[in-house]
Amino acid sequence: MNSSPAPSTVSTAGTASAVRFRDVCRYFGDVRAVDHVDLDIRDGEFFSMLGPSGSGKTTCLRLIAGFEQPTSGHIELNGEDVTGVPPFQRDVNTVFQDYALFPHMNVGENVGYGLMVRKVPRPERERRVQEMLDLVRLPGLEKRKPSQLSGGQRQRVALARALINHPRVLLLDEPLGALDLKLRQQMQIELKSIQHRVGITFIYVTHDQEEALTMSDRIAVFNHGKVEQIGTPAEIYERPATAFVAGFVGTSNILEGVLAQQVMGKAGTYAIRPEKIHIAPVGAPVPDDSLCVTGTICDVIYLGVNTRYVVALDMGGELVALEQNLSLDSTNALAALGRKVSLLWKREHSRPLQG
Amino acid sequence: METAQVAPPRVKPSLSMRLSRLFFRRPSLVLLLLLAPPLLWLGVFYLGSLFVLVIQSFFHVDDFSGLTVRELSLQTYSALFTPANMEIVLRTVVMAVLVTITDALIAFPLAYFIARYAKGRLRSLLYLAVVLPLWSSYLVRVYSWKLILANEGLLNWVFQTLGLGWLRDWLLNLPEIGGPSLSFSYLGMFLVFVYIWLPYMILPINAALERVPHSLIEASGDLGARPGYTFRKIILPLAFPGVVAGSIFTFSLTLGDYIIPTVIGNSSYFIGPAVNTLQGTNGNIPLAAAFTMVPIVIMGVYLTIAKRLGAFDAL
Repeated sequence: MNSSPAPSTVSTAGTASAVRFRDVCRYFGDVRAVDHVDLDIRDGEFFSMLGPSGSGKTTCLRLIAGFEQPTSGHIELNGEDVTGVPPFQRDVNTVFQDYALFPHMNVGENVGYGLMVRKVPRPERERRVQEMLDLVRLPGLEKRKPSQLSGGQRQRVALARALINHPRVLLLDEPLGALDLKLRQQMQIELKSIQHRVGITFIYVTHDQEEALTMSDRIAVFNHGKVEQIGTPAEIYERPATAFVAGFVGTSNILEGVLAQQVMGKAGTYAIRPEKIHIAPVGAPVPDDSLCVTGTICDVIYLGVNTRYVVALDMGGELVALEQNLSLDSTNALAALGRKVSLLWKREHSRPLQG
Repeated sequence: METAQVAPPRVKPSLSMRLSRLFFRRPSLVLLLLLAPPLLWLGVFYLGSLFVLVIQSFFHVDDFSGLTVRELSLQTYSALFTPANMEIVLRTVVMAVLVTITDALIAFPLAYFIARYAKGRLRSLLYLAVVLPLWSSYLVRVYSWKLILANEGLLNWVFQTLGLGWLRDWLLNLPEIGGPSLSFSYLGMFLVFVYIWLPYMILPINAALERVPHSLIEASGDLGARPGYTFRKIILPLAFPGVVAGSIFTFSLTLGDYIIPTVIGNSSYFIGPAVNTLQGTNGNIPLAAAFTMVPIVIMGVYLTIAKRLGAFDAL
């Protein structure tokens, strides 16, 4: 799998690694939560760990924070081996999934906790708490108790509390999971801009592929404790390395077996994004760089922005095509049901997959 | 009658159906029915007897005839505030304070262990071990302790076997808290009190610690706090309501207990035995009532202080 590039080849050009995993495993009894993972997270990047629940992404985050120790392998923070170093001696801070705000302290005390631990004198502490609350756009809420805040506000307080120590790395464990869609989208943009301003490495755990694509510089896709693929959002989306990535990040048509042989002319497994497939009348000219199959539209799902057509192929199997609703409305979209069509896509858009 | 033919036949609801519909329409009626028995119980038996008690403490016994004079006066209270009686109160309060502090110190680590580290079978076993003594008779346990503490008892045997006889002698020779044997000393009484109320301290502290999410402890460490700091700033403040709840039990139970000071100890009076003697042997019900007011007032003061300290803020 391409998940194990030699670390030395990745961290070239003098860019320091903020976090490096070298052949890290973490087993809980028989469960291989993290299974031989190599990672190289660059200084200052927004790095997402994406995967379904139980894929090992959160355990990786907890390994970086120091809440878990690896069963085998080594973890480096800023080039220093931190295996066996307790959380309170690591220059990383965490935004917890449940925010973990201290209920007996007010917002100011929560945000200033890291400074209080470091015995920063009160005037400076108060000044920096102000700065942080301004950064997360919650000025004037110092005296509130966490129980008096909304979910979105708690999330911001948790962020301010984790950022106040200026850690080298900020770990975020599905921080937007509990927020509603609008607030989540707003916070995605805000998180990204905060990261730009503070220049800290963000490591972001999420199961939401759209969120990962929106915010990340690079994404690691996890499955069953292993890294399936690491790359930029465009790389992950356009050139998925495995069938799992192709299916988990966005949706893909998977061609395999006999069908792949018939359509592509050679055996293998291929992924085609639905939006790359164009629906044309039967007999439409086929450009040289394109592939063409024929079939019958057997299902039409109107989605507002676009419409999804499920096409039963003449040679057997189904393909899903997505078309933008540029001029169409739902009635004539539905009228396409049962129509015989040609499906066209560029040869380069059918991506060969490993395994 | 005509309409009856047109309308679809309506099934006549049974009594239970009509009742449940009535309750559905009037939820407050359900609440009233549910609350009436406990409220009556509390009102009549608890508050009622408490009220009688307060009234009684303002009556007084006529010195000459020995009969209770049913007139409100402060005569009984002036009898209460004599140095001899105040010594009893002081002795009881000091004992209750020491028992409470000791119980809290013993209970906290155990409750913490059960809440944080014990899993599965071990956890059930520990809970069982904590509550098991409460299933056996209180009197039996107190008398067993009398035997354990006696000169011919188990504890003495342990001291002797370990060659620690000198330590026992030194303990028994301590002024005030010592005595002829552990079962006839304040020290022995203290040990039995600590033992007998310990579950009442462990359970509330454990409940409070169970409610502290583990992520808070991780968050504190993540922000740079060492375990000791996390304990002082996060765990202890959040568990404090549990400690206070437990201390209300141990403190008030020690204040009011009359069996342990009677069975174990050097027969000097505590509030409980004093009340027992006053209302029984002496027939001085008003003074017994006034004496009973002492722990009530002390607990009132104690709860007020606990509230001021913010012990109930996290509830």
